[in-house]
Amino acid sequence: MKPYTNTMNITLNGDNKLLRDISSVADLLKSLDLPPESVVVELNTTIITPDSYNSAILAENDQVEIIRFVGGG
Amino acid sequence: MILINEKEFPFSPDLTIAKLAAIHKPAADIFILNGFPVSSDTTLNDGDSCSLIQKGIVPLPSEMDALLSSRHTPGIQNIIRNSSIAILGLGGLGSAVAGAMAKIGIGKMLLSDYDVVEPSNLNRQQYFVDQIGMKKTVALKENLLRMSPSVSLKLIDEQLTGPRLPKLFSNVDVLIECFDDPVMKAVTLRSILTEMQNIAYVGSSGMAGFGDNNTILTRMLRPGVFIVGDNVSAASPGMGLMAPRVGIAAHHQANQALRILLDTDLKRK
Repeated sequence: MKPYTNTMNITLNGDNKLLRDISSVADLLKSLDLPPESVVVELNTTIITPDSYNSAILAENDQVEIIRFVGGG
Repeated sequence: MILINEKEFPFSPDLTIAKLAAIHKPAADIFILNGFPVSSDTTLNDGDSCSLIQKGIVPLPSEMDALLSSRHTPGIQNIIRNSSIAILGLGGLGSAVAGAMAKIGIGKMLLSDYDVVEPSNLNRQQYFVDQIGMKKTVALKENLLRMSPSVSLKLIDEQLTGPRLPKLFSNVDVLIECFDDPVMKAVTLRSILTEMQNIAYVGSSGMAGFGDNNTILTRMLRPGVFIVGDNVSAASPGMGLMAPRVGIAAHHQANQALRILLDTDLKRK
């Protein structure tokens, strides 16, 4: 039996991206292997704070910008 | 007319800078004409701007300002002199950004760090060996005042958190993020995008090691919001932060701040 997969298309940093089995911003960051506290996430022009990553649910055609910071200064 | 340290004096033909010095500052032994050093027998033209300096004597603030005005042009210096910036984090980036901005005569800087100068900082940060153990804010102030005696400095000696940022930095023209910690870098950009929507920002990400010079870039996220770095070179074992490449990034940041102040790049909307 083929497992059920839930897919959607979003725009991530300007590029189309097909997501599988991802529903929240937290899921997306995990799938991209990004440290949640070191990124800035903008979902359809709204900045999502880390305490809302789990509750920020993605939908088809969402525009997502992720800015990643690495350490050093 | 002739300008001496930005003050007007009547012009007369066949006037050399040495004759001018004999009248206005006989001890002068360095002659600056329109921002550049010249020999004492240089003939002056109507409208020239001169500075007369005595070796070994620190010029007055008004003389320093006149030197910068003639070097940078008065219109530009007037903007720089009346501008304020905040530098968050006074490590390899922040200490170098502060030096660059002090040297061009920035009016006011808010300098923020909670740390002390450590021996491990000295491979890249603009402190001296005899400053080990000093608060970075205090040590940097000492160094900056030797570069630019009239710069106004506000020292913020605390470990910053997100909620403090808009309280401390909502009155500067440009906020320059020079933190080491990527979490604080992200906190700062979130604050800029949500709570400080009029403050221009120059952040940083990725400048460790000795990788290609030309992968350090200044990217615009939106008008007035810029990030400098290669985005990937995190400080880590085997790829430490080193003065040359951190310096590249720092001076990208400083020049970007200057471009924003001078309206060369878009300000925030």
